[in-house]
Amino acid sequence: MTFTHPFMANSVDAIKQEMLDAIGAPSVEALFEQIPADHRTTRPFDLPPALRSEVALRRHLLSLLGRNQDCESNLSFLGGGCWQHHVPAICDEIAGRSEFLTPVWGTPSSDHGRNQAWFEFTSQLGELLEMEIVSLPVYSWGCAAGHAIRMASRLTGRRQVLVPRILCPERLSVIRNYCQPPAMPDHIDVVEIGFDAATGLLDLAELEARLSERTAAVYVETPNYLGLIETQAAAIARLAHAAGAEFIVGVDPISLGVLAPPATFGADIVVGTTQPLGVHMNCGGGTGGFIASRDEERYAREYPALLVSIAETTVPGERAFGLSLLHQSSYGSRENGKDWTGNSVYLWAISNAVYMSLMGPEGFREVGELIVQQAHYAARVLAAVPGVAVTFRGGFFKEFVLDFSGSGKSVQAINKALRAHGIFGGHDLSAAFPELGQSALYAVTEIHTRADIDRLAAALAEVLG
Amino acid sequence: MKAETGLRKYHAAVWDEPVVMEMGRPGRRGVTFPAAEDAVAQAVGAASDLLPAAMRRQTRPALPEMSEPDVLRHYLHLSQQTLGMMGINLFGTCTMKYNPRLGEALAARPEIAEMHPLQDEETLQGILKIVYDFDLMLRELSGMDRFVFQAAGGADAAYTHACVTRAWLAARGEIGKRDEIITSLQAHPCNPATAATAGFKVITLPLEENGYPSLDALKAAVSDRTAALMINNPDDMGIYNPDIKEWIRVVHEAGGLCFYDHANFNGVMSRLRARELGFDACMFMLHKTFGAPKGGGGPAVGAYGCSEELAPYLPQPLVSFDGGLYRLDHAGERSIGKVREFLGNLPVVLKAYAWTRSLGAEGLREAADLSVLANNYMEHELLKLRGVSRSHPHIDLWRMEMTRFSLGQVFEETGVSAMDIQNRMVDYGIDAFWLSHEPWIVPQPFTPEAGEMWSKEDLDNWIAVLGTVIEEAYADPDLVRTAPHNQAVHQIKAAPLEDPARWAMTWRAYLRKNSDR
Repeated sequence: MTFTHPFMANSVDAIKQEMLDAIGAPSVEALFEQIPADHRTTRPFDLPPALRSEVALRRHLLSLLGRNQDCESNLSFLGGGCWQHHVPAICDEIAGRSEFLTPVWGTPSSDHGRNQAWFEFTSQLGELLEMEIVSLPVYSWGCAAGHAIRMASRLTGRRQVLVPRILCPERLSVIRNYCQPPAMPDHIDVVEIGFDAATGLLDLAELEARLSERTAAVYVETPNYLGLIETQAAAIARLAHAAGAEFIVGVDPISLGVLAPPATFGADIVVGTTQPLGVHMNCGGGTGGFIASRDEERYAREYPALLVSIAETTVPGERAFGLSLLHQSSYGSRENGKDWTGNSVYLWAISNAVYMSLMGPEGFREVGELIVQQAHYAARVLAAVPGVAVTFRGGFFKEFVLDFSGSGKSVQAINKALRAHGIFGGHDLSAAFPELGQSALYAVTEIHTRADIDRLAAALAEVLG
Repeated sequence: MKAETGLRKYHAAVWDEPVVMEMGRPGRRGVTFPAAEDAVAQAVGAASDLLPAAMRRQTRPALPEMSEPDVLRHYLHLSQQTLGMMGINLFGTCTMKYNPRLGEALAARPEIAEMHPLQDEETLQGILKIVYDFDLMLRELSGMDRFVFQAAGGADAAYTHACVTRAWLAARGEIGKRDEIITSLQAHPCNPATAATAGFKVITLPLEENGYPSLDALKAAVSDRTAALMINNPDDMGIYNPDIKEWIRVVHEAGGLCFYDHANFNGVMSRLRARELGFDACMFMLHKTFGAPKGGGGPAVGAYGCSEELAPYLPQPLVSFDGGLYRLDHAGERSIGKVREFLGNLPVVLKAYAWTRSLGAEGLREAADLSVLANNYMEHELLKLRGVSRSHPHIDLWRMEMTRFSLGQVFEETGVSAMDIQNRMVDYGIDAFWLSHEPWIVPQPFTPEAGEMWSKEDLDNWIAVLGTVIEEAYADPDLVRTAPHNQAVHQIKAAPLEDPARWAMTWRAYLRKNSDR
């Protein structure tokens, strides 16, 4: 006795029998003859009962989701690599189109529109970055940085990378995995460079002392993990290049309407996150990372990620879009390929393309200006709350560090108290950056209003009072 | 219906759509933002004064300037110029499935879309319960002791295994000594590739007559340098290795780990458990086997599961339940740390959980039954077509959920390649089929995978189209070689894609390289 499941057109007994008759098999079970008897499980599969009707399934799932507290019904200042930015409604509509949502692959002609949308992602990001090669995204910013460091190591034949001490701990952990543990033969040594306690910027003297003919790359971010704009970037580029190292810069692309693209201060490879460009946070599932460089063959030949190029078709004047250099990927060369590639976040690349088309140059300028003004306003208002200090007073973009050490309370306790006000306070930095005391990273974006910031200040005053 | 073939007529939308970089007019806007409120602006001054002078942007990015409706229409046109499973898509090795729209509707709600991964665990109780419960369900399906969803795709899960292997070796003082990972020629390329990226030497076993490497070849390959075996079973030819338990015994005896790449789980789900076969770890693709969308290549999830012995090395955090609250456990000094930031693509986990709950154990078995039945039905019908053969024709057993076919004879007799036939089939509304992973083991390969979602009528239609195109190849090979003819664009010229002087991965590069043309 079987059932007819709504997702399975052939789960009708008569159809199954028709197919069995066609092939001359006595039963469905007989088709599994390749699996030896002693490979088959003897214990029945004990899963929760099926919720075959959509009405029952929906009700169940809503009851689970109802246990979450989100950043729309609460006021959130969380950032640190995933941010609440405005997602224009048509980003969701386009990413939800079945033609983009459901399939996995297609040829340049069968899935022409998607290939074009991918090319529009790389092209628009290329304008923001002033770079001529942009890959389809990899899983995350950390993964992009890890791949870029490995690219630099292959390019230079060297096995050391200098990274800032001020780095997202999660991203650093990913980078360390990509660089392999020290006992492995291809290990890339990850050396942390400290920061100036007053400015939060990279310690140039330490960088200079550490640079050597062993250094494959210097990796810095701007804005950095604590939100600060790295004003020494051009000097860092000169130092890296003088040592024969590649200069890799990590960047938040939503800042590029107002901040200089890394190419202009000497970056060789640029990486960063795609999530701020029209993708919801999705509890961290909105992340994606990009890799970009100049259009030089030496760089092109080291990309592990997919590259989409424009090309002509067999009809004069007609254009299509296809994958370039696929043979150097793991799909083409297995273990001899450049790192590896697989399913990534290409649906989000379409959201990113839609977002950038909506923004244009003025949208990026406007959102950048609004963010930087609101973030600085927030820092000022919050600094006035007794027990709160702003660690680095200027030179930041959308994130800044609040030091609560003077209040005698822990960030953990403060955040718990803020939740009672419907506020998610900044991310606790005290474990990863003990030198900063009881500090938290606060993010302010275009979705916040002055009233939101004032409400946070009032709540903090009450919590700390 | 076309009278001459009895097949449905199909023609793609053709919009002659410009590249977005060529669109728009200066001054147009697709989204605007408010200026800072007066009190804000008065308090902090102009934005430009807040930014270090040396780091301010000097030039406007050359982005298109478009209105919102123009952007919407442009991308709707592009979606219409994408076949994208609007046709019949039997894309082998990827298990095309129906993606229930309930999952999409729920994942769009703020209770998941507007969640931040660094929220306090007390505010994440719903999604953590889903993660926790789905872990339990995958444990039941695999026999493994713990799952983690951080890996952002199947290849990332294979990479996770390579990292876990490193950490396990380090704990045993064997890192650097055990430096080889064994796989087979038919394993997905991600297995050797991720092993190599993680620093291992790769040993690839060739296939024997029976469709898988011989036990003797394995025995010759294993040694005190063996770190792990990474293998699929069944492989992409639909052949199941009946010696796999002995393989695992041999690798374990040599001191290595065994990883089951469950890319082809659809045909064996509900019939076996990886752990009961002896595997130490396995991977499921939630975007593939468990009904979540593929998104044209992600966001995806490679669910990685392992034995109790390997659990301490898993990426952090893991989700636990103390009877009252679901917790994020960051503890564990033996953990490999992170392979990707945050908790994983949790909306994908939500969708896979929803799909699995809608099927239950009985539904999973039905899906496996139907996918294997449909593949054998396809095989029976396809082998009737002129010039179609299959890999290992002498193996006279029912295949699993897919079979690798060859159009080598058609190519020899007509000069029409599998890729030409792929291009021509899209003229009939059939999504481009998958040829084969590298290396090809049969000439002119193609690998349809029927799965459980496509109706018998769809399968019959697919078969009829291939039959028609093969007849066309014999009657009028140029018609097929110049295909597609009914698509949004014609065949792309491949040479510029590989030529540094002509490739253009951005519009910026394209303009520079073509400014004199």
